[in-house]
Amino acid sequence: MKALFPIPASAAIGLLGLAVVLVCAMFAPWISPFDPNAVIGDPWGPAQPGHPLGFDNLGRDLLSRLITGARTTVFVALAATVIAFVIGVFLGLTAAILRGLTDAVLSRFNDLLMSIPTLIFALIVLSALPQNLMVLILVMAVLDATRIYRLARALAMDVGAVEFVEAARLRGEGLLWLLGREILPNTMTPLLAEFGLRLAFNVLFISTLSFLGLGIQPPTADWGSMVKENKDGIIFGVSAALVPGAAIALLTVSINLVVDWLLRRTASLRGGRDDG
Amino acid sequence: MPARIIGRLLLSFVLLWASSVLIFGGIEVLPGDFATTYLGQSATPQAIANIRLELGLDRPVVTRYLGWLAGIAQGDFGRSWASGQPIAEQLGHRLGNSLLLAAAAAVIAVPLAVGLGIVAVIFRDRLIDRLINILSLAAVSLPEFFIAYLLILVLVVQHPVAAFPATIYGGMSLFEKLHTIALPVATLVLVCIAHMMRMTRAALLNVLSTPYMETATLKGLSRLRAIFVHATPNALAPIINVVALNLAYLVVGVVVVEVVFVYPGMGQYMVDAVTVRDLPVVQACGLVFAAIYIALNMIADVLSILVNPRLRHPR
Amino acid sequence: MADTDHDRPLLSVRGLRLGVRAHASGEPPRDVEIVHGVSFDLRKGRVLGLIGESGAGKSTIGLAALAHARGAMRITGGEVLLDGENILALDNAGKRGIRGARVCYVAQSAAAAFNPAFRLGDQVIEATLRHGLATRAEARVRAVGLFRMLGLPAPETFGRRFPHEVSGGQLQRAMTAMALCPRPELIVFDEPTTALDVTTQIGVLAAIKSAIARTGTAAIYISHDLAVVAQIADDIMVLRNGETVEYGPARQIVERPVAAYTRDLVRQHEIRHDEVPDQSGRFFEMTGIFASYGSVPVLSDVSLHLSKGQTLAVVGESGSGKSTLARVATGLLPPRQGTVRLDGADLPPRLNGRSKAHLRRIQMIYQIPDTAMNPRQTVEDIIGRPLTFYHGLRGAQKRARVADLLEQIDLGPAFLDRYPAELSGGQKQRVAIARALAAEPDLLICDEPTSALDPLVAAGILRLFLRLQQERQLSYMFITHDLAIVQAIADSVAVMHRGRLVRFGPRSSALRPPFDAYTDTLLASVPQMRVGWLDAAIARQAAGVASPD
Repeated sequence: MKALFPIPASAAIGLLGLAVVLVCAMFAPWISPFDPNAVIGDPWGPAQPGHPLGFDNLGRDLLSRLITGARTTVFVALAATVIAFVIGVFLGLTAAILRGLTDAVLSRFNDLLMSIPTLIFALIVLSALPQNLMVLILVMAVLDATRIYRLARALAMDVGAVEFVEAARLRGEGLLWLLGREILPNTMTPLLAEFGLRLAFNVLFISTLSFLGLGIQPPTADWGSMVKENKDGIIFGVSAALVPGAAIALLTVSINLVVDWLLRRTASLRGGRDDG
Repeated sequence: MPARIIGRLLLSFVLLWASSVLIFGGIEVLPGDFATTYLGQSATPQAIANIRLELGLDRPVVTRYLGWLAGIAQGDFGRSWASGQPIAEQLGHRLGNSLLLAAAAAVIAVPLAVGLGIVAVIFRDRLIDRLINILSLAAVSLPEFFIAYLLILVLVVQHPVAAFPATIYGGMSLFEKLHTIALPVATLVLVCIAHMMRMTRAALLNVLSTPYMETATLKGLSRLRAIFVHATPNALAPIINVVALNLAYLVVGVVVVEVVFVYPGMGQYMVDAVTVRDLPVVQACGLVFAAIYIALNMIADVLSILVNPRLRHPR
Repeated sequence: MADTDHDRPLLSVRGLRLGVRAHASGEPPRDVEIVHGVSFDLRKGRVLGLIGESGAGKSTIGLAALAHARGAMRITGGEVLLDGENILALDNAGKRGIRGARVCYVAQSAAAAFNPAFRLGDQVIEATLRHGLATRAEARVRAVGLFRMLGLPAPETFGRRFPHEVSGGQLQRAMTAMALCPRPELIVFDEPTTALDVTTQIGVLAAIKSAIARTGTAAIYISHDLAVVAQIADDIMVLRNGETVEYGPARQIVERPVAAYTRDLVRQHEIRHDEVPDQSGRFFEMTGIFASYGSVPVLSDVSLHLSKGQTLAVVGESGSGKSTLARVATGLLPPRQGTVRLDGADLPPRLNGRSKAHLRRIQMIYQIPDTAMNPRQTVEDIIGRPLTFYHGLRGAQKRARVADLLEQIDLGPAFLDRYPAELSGGQKQRVAIARALAAEPDLLICDEPTSALDPLVAAGILRLFLRLQQERQLSYMFITHDLAIVQAIADSVAVMHRGRLVRFGPRSSALRPPFDAYTDTLLASVPQMRVGWLDAAIARQAAGVASPD
């Protein structure tokens, strides 16, 4: 008896954009028409049949690099967000349940990490660490985990103070039941929304780092480094740098639209019965 | 209340000190040897030993940290490994340039964002509100460099009205400087205005839904008087917070914008230093950015305390 | 308009209808009617009481007298004639001219209704100034006079304070002063004493009543408590689901109610439980309890006990320590000193130290059923968990037992798969009771379990408690601020005041003179369902006791 949920236009656009990017990311080697690293045209050559977006600064097919770049960008952003969530939610819940000294130490350290702007922090750390994908993902994850820790802790504190949790404690339930059955299900909606927002942020963040030359290293294609490679063309009127920029925008706008819709949908159900 | 403010000031100093430890010590504990990094993998052991001696890396960490901190207290940030020049000199005038950029953006963005937020609330759920909403949702999703290159393409290449790159130097008049930095400022404004506006709108709507705003209506006050006299003082604290948060964001936002526009500010200085692993410069820039960020957050909190009647007139 | 007919009512409401525009997703918006054509007349200087449970539409009707509708609510039909003029037909400027000048409003929660950023005095005179009804100096003098009339402390300087600097009872008086200041023809009082303690309520009620009498303003007085309305109103209208049930003079409604619903309302105070003399002695016992939150002491030297199958009512106002007593009993707050005993054995002071068997025997019922159960679990999950946890029941066996429990609380198996959000307040509280029963406890600790419910629903829950006690020999420690409930269910009574036990014993002797000063005030403050009780109570208090807030 599940009613067909009418999807508002904005959410439909968001879902569509998300689907396109995800399909590109997953099936890049099969979709991509040319080898993304092969020089097959003139530098910044214009669009022509078979090459709808033209060529990049070295004469590589821009569309192929865009599709392959989706894979790197989405993978790094998603991996960083997932790891950040595992760390942030685990520590946040731990602090909220144990309170006392554990909470104080974790929270003060978190405050300290958050007192330095994310980008600046990343720059400092990356200046000392070897440059590879794993390091990049971990650095992003740790920095992001600070925000998630704060949210997860606050949510768990709020929900933990509600009487049904007290009732479960009075019944004699153990920590696992309290966390898994009473607290987590009631924090899922805001955490899900936060996941979307953090993912969008991480897409922007990895792109920014790559654009600054500190993220993904050549010859691997990702959207941020593609902007960097092609930026000098702008003053000659070559818009190759804008194409990956627009792709980043498409992805983040899509995520934001979907998150917006999810939030409004669950809000209208008054936390009742979206068996999500 | 004074105790609360003094407490907040002290907290900022503790945070600043702790972040200096983090910035200095964090790099120390990370794997990788500076000298090796500096010379490259192929360096001979003798060369590495020499460079360690030259850079003073043979001394214990704590000694070097204290020396570093004592130097900063006297305005000496050490010397760049890359150029051998004192960092403080470079930092000084680049910080000035960055602050000029951020300040120009703030002067335009803050009143505009708060104003648009108020307009959106007054015309709530009408066309103008929805329009502002959709545009701002799009704007928070765009990367800074995308906006920047779009502006360059349109306003420099297609309709040459603005300058690129935004190179400024000592001899320029203020007006010349402002003309030169018009595009980077516009980019920064676009980047932070949407977020600031959305948060202002949310803060105001929150206040408008309170029972005391209904009281104002039931007193027969006009909608404008209700909003400006009754809502504003209560919305002030959250709006101040929004503004400070976004100013802090602006200070970081200059990094990307400076790189795009080849602007001689602190952001570009830092990015260049990270690329060549010039650690003393990275540490110096990191500390200055952190200090500005911490200071802005502190100002926001202190102002929130000052405008809160409960704290101004304790029982 | 000057030569008005003296017989014409000040306010005449004709066929008033209000609705909400509902936006169910996927359907076109439609209007749901909340108030279905209500009519009444109010003459100068008279008071009309509007009474009904939540959702009856009484506040909505009250606000319509200011031509105002809250949130998504809209006035869809009828007329509101003020001195013969339909104020619903006025433009915005016209409506503003009436609000705060000719008709004023006193909200339920003055603490939320005052703007926290401004001094009370400025807020009290604001409407008077904006409508040009007096100069600032005159308005100030008026305000000070009103503060004095309403019994506020230091009336000359009271206006310089901020809302957060004064107590709840004082704020409610200040709000009344704010409504009186423009010298309106009509004031709408929307549950002005509901949020107050009973001993504070009587003073505010008396102040409002005398202010109405002395200023000669007409008033609409909205409440869910018929006993309160009966003290102030000349006429009473009983509302239910947006319709008039009964409308007539106060004395007739209270003494000779015609409609069945009104009769139930009058009679809800008449549940009687005959006190059972203390037989078996000390089944549950708390001895010499001292407790504190951090360094703040909340309980000092409290000793009480309860027999098997009996009810101990713990009475006191907010902050008296009665809920803390429950936390000590359950082990949530270990006492600094003292012991808790159940069935002859000491209970470990800490929750962590108690065994499953200890925990099973004491179950808790909360005041707000909405927050007492997990919104993400079905009724079957909620009631079934203690069955699994304590008794190892699973699957079909568990489901059958839950259905059985649902029968016992008069709900039935149709509720098995529902979520809490799909239940009414009374149904939720019944499910919470079933959850407690599932553990097969000996003692139920009930923390104001009926005070968040409408009177008739609350009466139903009380009857359920009484029936279950008879069937299962349950003992209740029943925390309440309502002495009517004490009369209805208690065998023994403990009166708490500022963390101390001021009175304890069988109901018959505990509630009989000679009293200590606090119990006396408390008993004298409980509104009684008869016209004229307030006047008598004030006369008694005038003998010396100052207003308690």
